[in-house]
Parts: sequence; C-alpha cells; structure tokens
Amino acid sequence: MTNALHAEVAVRIGLLDLDVVLDVGPGEAVSVVGPNGAGKTTLLRAIAGLQPIDRGRVVVDGVDITATAIERRRIGVVFQDHVLFPHLSALDNVAFGPRSTGVRRGDARRRAREWLARVGLDDHGDHRPDQLSGGQSQRVALARALATEPRLLLLDEPLAALDASTRTDTRRALRRDLAASGVARVLVTHDPVDAAALADRIVVLEAGRVVQQGAPADIAARPRSRYVADLVGVNLLRGTGQAGHLVLDGGAALVVPDADAGDVLAVVHPRSVSLFRERPEGTPRNVWQGTITSVDDEGDRVRVDVAGAVPIVAEVTPAAVRDLALAPGAAVWVSVKATEIAAYPA
Amino acid sequence: MSSDRYTAPKSPKARTVSGVRRPRTTRTPVTALVLAAVAAVLLALPLVGLVQRAPWADVWDDLTSHEARTALRLSLVCSLSATALSIVLGVPLAWVLARVEFPGRRVVRALAMLPMVLPPVVGGVALLLAFGRRGLLGRPLADWFGIHLPFTTAGAALAEAFVAMPFLVITAEAAFRAADRRYEDAARTLGAQPWTVFRRVTLPLTWPALAAGAVLCWARALGEFGATITFAGNAPDRTQTIPLQVYLLLESGRAGSAIALSLVLLAVSVAVLALLRDRWLSLS
Repeated sequence: MTNALHAEVAVRIGLLDLDVVLDVGPGEAVSVVGPNGAGKTTLLRAIAGLQPIDRGRVVVDGVDITATAIERRRIGVVFQDHVLFPHLSALDNVAFGPRSTGVRRGDARRRAREWLARVGLDDHGDHRPDQLSGGQSQRVALARALATEPRLLLLDEPLAALDASTRTDTRRALRRDLAASGVARVLVTHDPVDAAALADRIVVLEAGRVVQQGAPADIAARPRSRYVADLVGVNLLRGTGQAGHLVLDGGAALVVPDADAGDVLAVVHPRSVSLFRERPEGTPRNVWQGTITSVDDEGDRVRVDVAGAVPIVAEVTPAAVRDLALAPGAAVWVSVKATEIAAYPA
Repeated sequence: MSSDRYTAPKSPKARTVSGVRRPRTTRTPVTALVLAAVAAVLLALPLVGLVQRAPWADVWDDLTSHEARTALRLSLVCSLSATALSIVLGVPLAWVLARVEFPGRRVVRALAMLPMVLPPVVGGVALLLAFGRRGLLGRPLADWFGIHLPFTTAGAALAEAFVAMPFLVITAEAAFRAADRRYEDAARTLGAQPWTVFRRVTLPLTWPALAAGAVLCWARALGEFGATITFAGNAPDRTQTIPLQVYLLLESGRAGSAIALSLVLLAVSVAVLALLRDRWLSLS
C-alpha cells in the first residue's frame, strides 16, 4: 500500500537548515516534536506548499505534488492560533473550503453544519470567531480543515493557544475527532503529552534533522538526545561500555552490568536516584559525591539537580528535602543501583 | 521623548546622577507654545474669514443658480469617475506593490507617489503632452479611435484621477502590507484560487482601509484645480468644476457666489475629516 505521505524536504531560511525525509502510512498519526527553531513549522508549511523548498519532493497517496499549487494539493491545515476568518461566522468558516472548490452555497452550508455537529458545535454555527472560546475555535479550525476532505491533515501546535484548564478536554476531543476521521496526519508540537496522546509515532526534529523516531514508549525508554531525555524527564548518560562499566565522557565510571562494549547511552530515571547527607553503606554499587545546583518544587515531588562527576537529577519527596535540608550549594552523596541504569548502544 | 529619561526611577538613588538631583518635571517650553499658537491661528484664520464673510442671505440662491448647479453636477460626475478609475487601476497597483517582488518596484512606487508632490499644473502640462492631440498616446487615440481627451469632461476626470489616485494607492498598499498573510495561506489550503482569496479574504479584511483611501481620493479629486484647468480647460458644462468656477467668479468680481461655492467644498472637507477621524485624528 502506498504511503499517505512521502516528503523529502530541504530548505534553508535564515539560521535554519532543514533536511528531512518524512513518511506517513495510510491513516497513521505522526507527531513531530522538537525545540523552538528546529524547523517543525517550516516542515509543515513546505508539505502544504506554503514554503517553497530548495530540494526534494512531496508525494501524497502516490502522486507527486511538488509542483502543484497550494489550493490543488488537498492537504488540510490546522494552523497555530487557528486563523479562523474573523469576518465570517463559524459556519461560513467551515463552508469556505467546499465553497471554494465549487460546491453551491446551500450544499456547502449543509456540509459545514454536519462537520460542526461532528465536533460538537452544531449550536455555534452563527458565532463569530471572537465569540468562541479557545477550545471551540480549535474545533472549528479542525472542522474547517476536514470539510475539504483532505488526503492528509497537518496540525501546527493545535493545543498551544489553549489554557491549561481547557487543554485536557480539547486534547481528548481532538484525539477522538482525529481518530474518527481516519485521515493520515502530521502534528507538530513541543509538548510530549500532546505528542504521545495524539500520535502512533513520534519523530524528533532537532536543528533541521530527524534525530530519532519511533513509538512514544520506545522514545521514552531509549532517548537518543539530551532534548528527548529532558522531554520525557529522565537522565541521559553518554559514554563507552567496558567490562560491565559505563565510562562517561567526563572520565567517571559507573557499574552497569548490561553495558555493551562501544559507544553507549544509558537512562536513569530521577526516581531511582537516592540522595544522602553522609556516605551511605549498602548494596548500591554506584555512589559519588556532588553539589546541589537547584531544587525545583513540583508539588508532590521535588527535582534536585546535582553537579559532580556524574551530573544527575534526582526526584525526591518534599519531606526528604526538609529532613535532609537539601538546598542549592549543599554537598550530598548520590547513589544509584546498578540495575536501575538501562544502557543501550548509541 | 526627553521626558523618558526622568520616568520610572527604580529607587530614589536611581534619580541621582553623579550627586545632582534632576528636576521631577520638564520645564514648559514657552517658545514652542507660542509658535504652536501662531501656527494654529494661521491655519484657522482663513476658514474663520470664509465663514464670517459668507453672504448667508444669498447662499441658497447662489447654490441653486443654473451655473452653480451645473458645476456641482459636473464636479460630482468628474470626481466620482476619477475615484472609480482610481479604484479599478489603483487597488491592483497597490496590491502588486505590496505583494509582488519585481525589479524596479521602488521606481514604480516612486512614480505612483509622484503626483502627490508634483505641482498639479505641471501634471496638467504632462497630461497634455501624453494625451494631447499630438501627444504620445493622444495621437493614436485620436487617429485610430477618434478619442479626444483634452478639454472634455472625460479629460477633466482623467486629470483628477492623475492627481488623486496616489492617495488611494498609498493607503491600500499599507493595508495590504499590514494584512495578516496567514488568513490568505489558510484560504489557499482550503482550496481557494488566488482571485477567490482576494475577493473573499483579503478584500473583506482590508475593506475599512480601502474605503478610507477611496474617500480621501475622492476628496482630493473634488478639489482638483491646477491639472484640470491646464489639461481640460475651463468650459462651462464640460470641464468647469466647482474649484474652477470659484476661481472664475472671484476673478469676475462675484465674491459672494465664490464664497458660497467654497463653503460647499469646506463642508465636504469637514465631513471627510469627520468620517476618517478614527484613522487620522486619533494618536494611538
């Protein structure tokens, strides 16, 4: 079966040097994540035809559309901030696509009403965009894009414009509506929760290059870059495997029984990192001294950054912070059980 | 703003520079106030004179006389034709200047703006050389189509459009530049052809600015004198618009009638200003 999308995109604009190959299977949902300036939005714009590309091609459903005009590509786009036409009602926003492709006014409106109903906004058709809440306007934008019956749907930070309270509900609705549509889709986000909730596969983009891709669980278990490790909230160590040890690039060595020889990455969950005021006696094989650089209270848990031979983040309880008087500048002993370090080839 | 330097002191200490305490408020610049007052009087006094000297008892008769009504009708026809021509040609020109990158764009923009600073009488002479009987375009127009523009009503409208169109172009280009391109991008991805995008998205979003530009253009066309009299002459019922008639009346010693017609133009100007007040008179 041909892919819904095969895109080879090379673009240079300003500081960005984007060079990416992206494939999306029929009905598949792909999240593109990456830091600001990685080229996520440029990639979407290039696929939609809004950004001219220097080299490459865009193939949708087996048809090369690299030279096809934007309006003939049949690629739906849900823009960041939704970009609803301010002078048109919600209904006419959704009817705009069908109208533009030659459907008569009455039929276009009927179709628009159906789409509004599908996203649960059938009674908001006559509202102007400025009378809609953020979540509602997001759903109108989705209905507007889907009403053109696109072969591929692109979503640029669909939830970024929403406040935290509506975000969860809107994410759930979006997940349901996207799954119901069955259309192949590419979603750009910098939020790992959105990425994992809305996609089957995650593509990590950094500085214009794909650095990792796979199922959300695989990405979380085996991050290949500092950015991804930070995103999923784990410690990433990089070094060489030597006879049951992991020798870090800085020179320190940790006991890691399953470390293969050669270049190795290892993940340590902050929960597995223990902190002590005195040098601990016990089974943990990996014990070293460090200095606390920051203490971040996240409610029911506290993230403690420790600098030292092995820079690491520990996650502890607020009670532990009080009892041990953990504060920036304090000297602590760090320990990690060897079995809590998951190593894999770099 | 010089006062910026004194605002927002973070602490009492911040206000003290090398031990010298700066004054809390700036000194009121008396010289500027005086000059500003003189300027305001200079601008207002002629208008006061016009209103004060108006022969109010005869105004109605002056305005409803045959020649006045003819000039008023002709002025309306010419200025509205000039505005229509400016919209049909000027809006696309503004759009191209705002959206299409091409070599020489700055030159074209400068040409489009030139009539705003060109003495209108020079514009009239230039129009004669272009559209006159022996003009660049005038000769083929006359030879092939029998069209003569100088000293005709159409010629008067053309002269007015020449002088007034830049006011629409400059406003419309600014509006097209300021318009959020993402709406047009969105429309394209929804399947709209460029013309549909312009008609259903760009135009509705820039409509207030375009209307303001058209009103400004019309007001300028209505008051046009120099280019019109040079290119189209001063023939009653053909090219004698209100400004031309005002001049003629004044020359022939009929000041009262001249003032009455001037009041009409003044009223139109005040109305235009009132219409555009949000755009022109507010500082924000």
